[in-house]
Amino acid sequence: MNNQFEEKPIELAEAEPGASLWQDAWLKLRGNSLALAGLFILLLLCTVSILTPWIAPYGYEEQNLLLGASAPSASHWLGTDVFGRDMLTRIMYGGRVSLTVGFIATAVALVIGVLWGAIAGFIGGRVDAVMMRLVDILYALPFMIFIVLLMVVFGRNIYLLFFAIGAVEWLTMARIVRGQVMSLRKQEFVEAAYSLGLTRWTIIRHHIIPNTLGPVIVYTTLTIPSVMLLEAFLSFLGLGIQPPQSSWGLLINYGVETMEEYPWLLIYPGLALSLTLFALNFLGDGLRDALDPRTALD
Amino acid sequence: MFRLALGRLLQAIPVLLAVITVTFLLVHSAPGGPFSADKAVPPEVIKALEAQYQLDQPLWNQYIDYLGDVLRWDFGPSYKYSGRSVNELIAAGLPITAELGLYAMLIALVIGVSAGVIASLRPNSPLDYLPMSGAMIGICMPSFLLGPLLVLIFGIYLDWLPVSGWGDNPGDKLLPSFTLGAAYAAYIARLSRGGMLEVLSQDYIRTARAKGLSEWRIVGKHALRGGLIPVVAFLGPAFAGLLGGSFVVETIFQIPGLGRFYVQAAFNRDYTMILGMTVFFATLIIVFNLLSDMLALWLDPKLRHELARGNNE
Amino acid sequence: MQRTESLVALHCLPPKIAVRICLGILLTSLIACVDGENRVNTGNRDGILHWGNASEPQTLDPHIATGVPESKIMLALMEGLVLKDTKTLEPIPGVAHSWDVSEDGRVYTFYLRENARWSNGDKLTAEDFVWSWWRALQPAIGNLYAYMFFPIKNAKAYYEGELKDFKQVGVHALDNYTLKVTLENPTPYFLQLLDHASLFPVHRGTIEKFGDADERGTRWTFEGNMVGNGAFQLNEWRINRHVSVSRNPHYWDAKNVKLNGVVFYPTENITTEERMYRSGQLHYTFEVPVDKVQSYRERNAEDLQIYPYLGSYFYRFNTRLPHFSDKRVRRALAMAVDREKISEHVLKAGQVPSYAITPPDTMGYFPESDLRFDPEQARKLLAEAGYPDGAGFPPSDILYNTSEEHRKVAVAIQQMWKQYLNIDVNLLNQEWKVYLDSASNGDFEIARASWIGDYVDPNNFLDMWLCNGGNNRTGWCNEEYDRLILEEAPTASNHAERIAIFTRAEKMLLADMPVLPIYIYTSKHLIHPAIKNFPQNILNQPSFKDIYLDPGDQQMEGGH
Repeated sequence: MNNQFEEKPIELAEAEPGASLWQDAWLKLRGNSLALAGLFILLLLCTVSILTPWIAPYGYEEQNLLLGASAPSASHWLGTDVFGRDMLTRIMYGGRVSLTVGFIATAVALVIGVLWGAIAGFIGGRVDAVMMRLVDILYALPFMIFIVLLMVVFGRNIYLLFFAIGAVEWLTMARIVRGQVMSLRKQEFVEAAYSLGLTRWTIIRHHIIPNTLGPVIVYTTLTIPSVMLLEAFLSFLGLGIQPPQSSWGLLINYGVETMEEYPWLLIYPGLALSLTLFALNFLGDGLRDALDPRTALD
Repeated sequence: MFRLALGRLLQAIPVLLAVITVTFLLVHSAPGGPFSADKAVPPEVIKALEAQYQLDQPLWNQYIDYLGDVLRWDFGPSYKYSGRSVNELIAAGLPITAELGLYAMLIALVIGVSAGVIASLRPNSPLDYLPMSGAMIGICMPSFLLGPLLVLIFGIYLDWLPVSGWGDNPGDKLLPSFTLGAAYAAYIARLSRGGMLEVLSQDYIRTARAKGLSEWRIVGKHALRGGLIPVVAFLGPAFAGLLGGSFVVETIFQIPGLGRFYVQAAFNRDYTMILGMTVFFATLIIVFNLLSDMLALWLDPKLRHELARGNNE
Repeated sequence: MQRTESLVALHCLPPKIAVRICLGILLTSLIACVDGENRVNTGNRDGILHWGNASEPQTLDPHIATGVPESKIMLALMEGLVLKDTKTLEPIPGVAHSWDVSEDGRVYTFYLRENARWSNGDKLTAEDFVWSWWRALQPAIGNLYAYMFFPIKNAKAYYEGELKDFKQVGVHALDNYTLKVTLENPTPYFLQLLDHASLFPVHRGTIEKFGDADERGTRWTFEGNMVGNGAFQLNEWRINRHVSVSRNPHYWDAKNVKLNGVVFYPTENITTEERMYRSGQLHYTFEVPVDKVQSYRERNAEDLQIYPYLGSYFYRFNTRLPHFSDKRVRRALAMAVDREKISEHVLKAGQVPSYAITPPDTMGYFPESDLRFDPEQARKLLAEAGYPDGAGFPPSDILYNTSEEHRKVAVAIQQMWKQYLNIDVNLLNQEWKVYLDSASNGDFEIARASWIGDYVDPNNFLDMWLCNGGNNRTGWCNEEYDRLILEEAPTASNHAERIAIFTRAEKMLLADMPVLPIYIYTSKHLIHPAIKNFPQNILNQPSFKDIYLDPGDQQMEGGH
């Protein structure tokens, strides 16, 4: 035997710390300046909304009839509406409502959709066929029509609004989750888990759900803006948020009617809504790119 | 394919039945009846009115009667518009809404696909950012914001286009169609860009390039077909969305179409109108979804295979 | 695979060319409509009036229609026995060229024109009126204005089913051209009623052609079918687009009718309507958005017409509720409303703050009221009633139907009550149908309401509050008040005595305050300067046979 076959200790280079999907995603997100801007704006808005009752300059319904509508000035940064109510305050409170509707209705959609899709995707077979058929059928229905009808029948209740909007949006969520779960189910690591003797439930908890989270998060971020738009549409038709509560959709509506005389009544709420929608969409896009394994950094 | 179509059509029947039933129950449980008026209505009058419209019958009877009528495609008389039948009102509003929807869809497709394809040719360049920012604006600006702004600019200040109504010149229809189609143009732009990007990164495209084919040929002949599949799949939901969006646009522009009729009917508690239009819309959407699914299948052989396999499993 | 290739060929257009084609289409369509005169100018030339009419008419059958937009169209298509002079609202001859009134004021004899015709050439006779009024009182028709007939002898009894024979009702055709009407009591405002749609004549032959005489919802009023006796006839009725009427050549006064036609547009959205006016698509708007009033006052004052309107805006109290059963509470609440401020800063269109229910100068009647804006006194009263400084006052709802104007008033009043009385009220808005149900079922605490006069007489505003009045809804009942309105006023011997009775009655009403008067309406419209001979009156009633269009030297610039 030659010495060349003596075993030499193999020098291992420092193992690179493995990057999990999340760390990878965060790195990519950091590089996407638009998405970061969106995240920042979103966080800012949420903070302002939560703190509104303490930091709003005026009372919510504080009128100043003698002042009427006035352009932005030192005492009213964004002007006042026809009742003399401070627009900055109104927009802040409106934001609370709009964001709440956005988040809660999306949460409703999320819960229903994820559960539905996960169960259908995981169990598969006939159960899956039936559940997804139902989704397809519901997808075909004219939902705007039902929402109009629901709001007319049951009155313009804010909780009903959450439910009605959430009931429309869960369908796509279910489809996405189910697709994701189905493809995961066939992966080898799941088979491996099975063969290791793990229970179904454990597999779902530890393997399926974390891997589905990616698309779910992305889609959630993209659902919130469409929910907010839907609420604005309903308010336009007179079926959404009712005064004295106010949402950005309602404020924009009032602004549209007087946009020639008092343009600031339209510009600022419009900007607020558009900005939020922009932020959410950019963030969602960024998250989608970030979580896409095909564009992995390593 | 034929079996699939048949299967879907058969499925549509219980769906429509469910739609009718749910709407019927909802409408009849709504507070405020069709005959409430500002002046006191003498009870004899209310009795006479209810008898005429058979509202004094038990709910179950009314329901069965109504189902029978629907089978004969007779949606009954409108409560609000004395002497008019729901069919007549739908026939009056349908051509207008259909035209509006068609133009909006055309605008959305033309602008959206062009923008998306152009953007996908040079990703992450100004050619990409410009159309995509425009798309983002389209998505984030609701139609009830966009519409009045356009009316102000083009209708009042420039006086090029009419501020409302559905005129007879094609130009008169531009503002409402554009307002309705803008958001969809944006979505389609993003979808087609995404789809094109995915296709353009495929191996067979690289092969075509290696073979020396011109860019236009590659895009036009090979890539577009696959790249536009997400757009085609979107057509079904887009149609449903256009229908819903028409409510708002028709209200803004005072267009005498179905959307406006529907909102009015809901507020007026015009039971028969609401029921009739809901059934009508549901039927339309189901048919359209079926058509767009067929189209998607036709375009994408992979889906066809999957379906065939699914049927055989 | 031919199919796929053809499909691919579609997609084969290089984007550049596709873009060029699109631009081309856009430009052509833009050009296609830059030219063309606006509607107002063509209308001025052709004598066609373009009229904004708020909503699509529910029906044009005068015995079924209830809305104001419908009444405008019916005024053009039909004519009553007696008309009103649009400036003074005095009765002037219509289908009847003259009439006699008996000494006791109970019997009216109308002499009809022999040249009165229907729009299909048929002769119009007294029997037509008898038949039409018979139809109006048939229960199956569901005429909400049946009460307009009740001054006629036995009309109410017949309508409520106590009498079966219509011949006992006080209207008879003595011959083809003489109509005798007998009233229950001398009714000074009777001639005014004849100009109301429900008392218009309707064409028997047409109605019976399309269904039973008392059948609701037949097609007799549709395009191509309708026959009327007015200055105009129905030309076109395109649902949700317009109703157009053109001259009736058989009208007895056709030679004095100057307009060639009127087109009524269902302009529901008042903001859009104003834009239509500005871009020359309308001669007349039904409403003016409040926020535009100021800019019109400054820039185009001659277009803006604001005029008092015979209508009263008020809140009803539900006096059945314990806290509203005490009249001190109601008066306190009424005194704590600063109506001047509401009119000036909230409504901003010249609405008159009102302290009584009947509008002032209703046929010479000026209501007397001791109601004033007096927060001090209001606080005292409220304390007396058991709620010192608002303590313990149960929160109530102000119910109103969804509308910006109603909301603005309600918000202002809510704030005023908080500020002056320290009580909390909530705003409850419901959409129209639900609101109507709640209001008529007594399912409210405070409800916003309005009443537009059907005719110019205090009776119309005061007989709502009778104990059994269908429009009362407050639960307030005062036997003495009923006696004044039902017995004394109709039998008063002259106008002055009548006025005195009404004054007493209204004072009684205001002392108890089951209703909270807020303001008297004004009507506001944008009226194109080319419209001539269109005086404003408090009933907001036009006379289409008198109006004419004369552009003069002014041509409306498009879009100013």
